[in-house]
Amino acid sequence: MGRVEIRIAGFGGQGIVLTGHIVGQAASIYDSGFATFTQSYGPESRGGSCTAEVVTSDEPIDYPYVQNPQVLIILSQEAYAKYVNSLPKGTLVVIDSDLVKPSPSHNPVPLSIPATRMAREMGRAVVANIIMLGFLAAVSDLFSTEALRKSILASVPEGTGDFNMKAFELGYDYGLKHRVRS
Amino acid sequence: MNGDEACAEGAISAGCCFFAGYPITPATEIAERMSKRLPQVEGIFIQMEDEIASMNAVLGASWAGVKAMTATSGPGFSLMMENLGLGVMLETPCVLVDVQRAGPSTGLPTLVGQGDMMQARWGSHGSYEIIALVPSSPQEIFDLTITAFNLSEKYRVPVLIMSDEAVGHMSEKVVVRQVAPDDLVARKRPRVAPEKYQPYKPDKDLVPPMAIAGEGYHFHVTGLTHDERGYPEMTAEAQDRLVRRLSDKIRLNKRDIIKYEEVSTEDAQVIVCAYGITARIARRAVQQARDEGIRAGLLRPITIWPFPEERVRALAKQVKAFIVPEINYGQIVFEVERCAGSKAKTILVPNMGGAVHLPQTILEAIREAAK
Repeated sequence: MGRVEIRIAGFGGQGIVLTGHIVGQAASIYDSGFATFTQSYGPESRGGSCTAEVVTSDEPIDYPYVQNPQVLIILSQEAYAKYVNSLPKGTLVVIDSDLVKPSPSHNPVPLSIPATRMAREMGRAVVANIIMLGFLAAVSDLFSTEALRKSILASVPEGTGDFNMKAFELGYDYGLKHRVRS
Repeated sequence: MNGDEACAEGAISAGCCFFAGYPITPATEIAERMSKRLPQVEGIFIQMEDEIASMNAVLGASWAGVKAMTATSGPGFSLMMENLGLGVMLETPCVLVDVQRAGPSTGLPTLVGQGDMMQARWGSHGSYEIIALVPSSPQEIFDLTITAFNLSEKYRVPVLIMSDEAVGHMSEKVVVRQVAPDDLVARKRPRVAPEKYQPYKPDKDLVPPMAIAGEGYHFHVTGLTHDERGYPEMTAEAQDRLVRRLSDKIRLNKRDIIKYEEVSTEDAQVIVCAYGITARIARRAVQQARDEGIRAGLLRPITIWPFPEERVRALAKQVKAFIVPEINYGQIVFEVERCAGSKAKTILVPNMGGAVHLPQTILEAIREAAK
């Protein structure tokens, strides 16, 4: 697969950096490609704006940043306002439906999943990002689901693997049911 | 892993046993990783009170016989300059990593810069030569950290790794390899009895064998101009002998030290000379220019000091122009200009820091130069 650019944006504390790391690691370590992962955030560890960028490719990556994302995952209204304009045609936009109210004129309507609410219902809000990854695996063919699973297991704290896999499958099943843009 | 972590792993693979440093963004992750890794290999990690003391501790550790390093960024790099010069004068093998952020002063602590390139060359006072390497990816900083230790042991000189925030903080796949003992260079040791040892008597390669403190060799080292016995000698003659040798041991071995990479330079009319993170942006711009039919190429110095001047001189005969993008307001461009002379135009594409160039910016400069 050629160059794929992914941007994940929201607030610090939502697991954005870890999500970016998992995606890059899946592509470069657990799949056979290359990946570059970069991040930017404010001085706060929680609550400030936070963005992770991942570029994957089947050849070494020169320019390491996102210019025209194929995938944009948005987890805050602020990030929506910042990034959703000037997107190239065909960008897959995914939002957390409880955190982001998309503009009515947004066409096509973004794919959405209430990942944070689903995570709270599972008992741990921190797995919202893993639910989101499961959703992404279901709605897009840009990522190897198996590589993502392995990358998650290698990245989450010891003893939480099963719980995170449950979160991933929850998001994946939700994605299979809601993969068509309405 | 990110570039900073890869740097620390490279140091461990090179046999580094000592790190003294003071945390500073964006170099902190090097110290952090070393603080975890060094105890695992029976090494020593010290968080010092500041960067002045850090550099001194590194010199002391090297004289105690171990491979030693420190890592910092702009403000700390400034503080290390005096003792870097001491390291040059005492001919002390060690590695100093500068993960550049945008300055001057505290500048933009979390954002990229390449403004310390001339400081790397001339930051300490006096006449001297130094070796500085510039990585452009986490894998390369892993490899170059090993190279840096080897060069510092071989030539008995501090070696600088001029990384930057972008390379330091980006994560990519890194193959961490064990280095075969034969591929690790160790400083030359005295081959004479202690009573005959002269600490600054060079071999033919201009590098003197180095005794280790506590092994029975009694000697004196000083930052003052010294004779071959290591004692101060306050004369112009001694100064000439010493300073000439300190510089010549690097100058005469440029071919061994200098490394660079070239992309599509064979038939190039316009060559972008770029280093570190900027070389990756330039590589994309060169590719885009080639797609448009412009004969563009890339010269990427991996060793920035000593500067690959012979190569630039040779390429100057074939090209119309050199484009030099860098994240400062013009530093390495002067070296390129000096070597290109009147043979080719040299065009700076500056960037004051905080972000890398856009490929389009470099592409436009290539288009303009190719006209």
